[in-house]
Amino acid sequence: MHRTIRPSSGDDADEVRADGGVVSDGPAADQPTEPDRDATTRLKAALDRRFGSDFMESSVFWLPPFLLMGLFVYGAVIWNLLISLTDYERFENAPDYSDLDFEMYTRALADSGFIDAAVNTLILLVLFTAGTLVVGLLLAILIDRGIRFENSFRTIYLLPMSLSFVVTAQFWLWIYNYNNGIANSVIGTFGLGPVSWLGNQDIVLYAIIFALMWQFSGYAMVVYLAGLRAIPREHYEAAKVDGASTLKMYWRVIIPQLKGATISAAVVLMVFGMKAFDFLYSLVGGYRPPNGADILATKMVREAYANLNWAYGSAIAIVLFAMALGVIGPYLVYEYRRDNL
Amino acid sequence: MSDTEPRTDGGATTIARMRRNLDRMTAEDAGLYVVLIFAAVFYLVPIESGLVTSFKTGTAIIETAPFAPPGPSGFTFEKWQTAIDALLRGMGNSLLYAVPATVISAVVGSVTAYGLTIPTWKKSYKAVVLMLIIAGIFIPYQAVLVPLTQFWSQWAQLDQVLSFVWALGVSNDYAGIVELVITHVAYGIPICTLLFRTYYKTMSDEMIESARLDGATLRRVYRRIVLPLSGPMFAVVLIYQFTQIWNDLLFTLVLVSTESSPAAPVVLILAGLGTSLEGQDFALRMAGAFFAALPTLAVYIFFGEEFAEGVAA
Repeated sequence: MHRTIRPSSGDDADEVRADGGVVSDGPAADQPTEPDRDATTRLKAALDRRFGSDFMESSVFWLPPFLLMGLFVYGAVIWNLLISLTDYERFENAPDYSDLDFEMYTRALADSGFIDAAVNTLILLVLFTAGTLVVGLLLAILIDRGIRFENSFRTIYLLPMSLSFVVTAQFWLWIYNYNNGIANSVIGTFGLGPVSWLGNQDIVLYAIIFALMWQFSGYAMVVYLAGLRAIPREHYEAAKVDGASTLKMYWRVIIPQLKGATISAAVVLMVFGMKAFDFLYSLVGGYRPPNGADILATKMVREAYANLNWAYGSAIAIVLFAMALGVIGPYLVYEYRRDNL
Repeated sequence: MSDTEPRTDGGATTIARMRRNLDRMTAEDAGLYVVLIFAAVFYLVPIESGLVTSFKTGTAIIETAPFAPPGPSGFTFEKWQTAIDALLRGMGNSLLYAVPATVISAVVGSVTAYGLTIPTWKKSYKAVVLMLIIAGIFIPYQAVLVPLTQFWSQWAQLDQVLSFVWALGVSNDYAGIVELVITHVAYGIPICTLLFRTYYKTMSDEMIESARLDGATLRRVYRRIVLPLSGPMFAVVLIYQFTQIWNDLLFTLVLVSTESSPAAPVVLILAGLGTSLEGQDFALRMAGAFFAALPTLAVYIFFGEEFAEGVAA
């Protein structure tokens, strides 16, 4: 392959800056000593000294995408914050940025619908994440015990995750159907029910959490499986030699080593949980409040796009963003400390 | 890996092998398989129940158990026909933005990850850039939705900018498709970058170092060394991104908004199918769900390995 990378071979000539090879190869420090360099070259040398030798040359690769993504994500979040401070609503063309206040946030605190949605969001996040992790861990441990047809089982468990929320919502509407659904025919064999799973305000949130666990426990399994595979076999054997039972071996030796997998899976699952909007939207058939299971994600979209309370919707979005940040921030610091970035 | 694909060898040998294994099986093993099979049933029943229901007539739905297949008299393709008629246009529209958005975001992710991995620049600055990019994966779409709507409706009015396209006879509703491509690319950059970055970190430095010492530019190193080695990761990223973009409802909901639009993607029509029917026609819902899921199901069945790699990263 070495023959293809000689600078003299010509077909890349148009892309090579006159000084490109020199600056990136030599130590950056000797650059600024020459007096008659033009401004860009001096700036480049200065930046390279500050940030590292390839900073400028590599910026062509990462900077444009970084800016595009940054504008669409961080720029939009800041813009969203601004809109949440206005009174923007209805079919006004643009928000009025001259009069900013926190009215929308005080309105949220006085809105029992918002409080309910926030509480439901927290319940969903905690139960869904914890439940999915436990199921995923169990599946991973079972699958990792040298079974046959491992790939087939794994494919089946992960299958729901390849489906859209819109699609899985149709399946679960049918399962939870009062008259003909599977949920009621299963508990019916035990002489229970029928239960109105999606109609009962006290049950619906848990029915939804169960469905979400079905969809994502395969994901937790895959993450844990990778974690289990990273544990040296000797650890299992050492525990066995010490006379630990299988249960004790997992509890004392193996599971503690899965901390990294647990943390990253939990973060991703919480984000999925906050995104459950698609599922709830399809389940209730549109913008209507999913009674008893309204979460911030659905409330935000309903306020903004059905009630046209743009500023209020934006304020709810900022609360949701703050919640996400509370999860992501510590996670990224943790990953950075573990040198995973 | 190969021993887990029983279909590849003849049925007779499989059965013989299973019998041999059964003889060796302990009680603990048997329990293990019972649990695994029970779990497999749990994951498959919602899908299976949906599939059989999609072929049932109205009376068969009432008369048979939800997971039982329809009898000969209760079997019908009618719902599938209705669903295909309703969703075919949406399938085309979904492909129209999912394919370009997937390809572009994968390429951009590869380039970005390369720019942040191979070159030598100070670790702490690199970490800041990477953190900002990775955090982008986790930001809920709701936090950007209203500005996004503002941006596309007030600032970048594609239905006017692209008027020369509409002059060719294309409905200007398709501005929504272009918006979806750009939006999905922008929001795809974080995850695509992360996936390629984990891959490039494991790549051998030596070849690249020696090329750099020979005076090769970063661009040349990317094109001649890094890109040709990225094939397997491209498969993972393309599969992951295609599934994500195809399955997303929220962006299509706010950018295309109505299921009656000629540019409506399939998820939007499917979500609307339920709305307009008020949950009555389950057979139609199920047929629609399966039809809409066909592309991602196919991708998953043929490339399950890459899909799993993508979600685990």
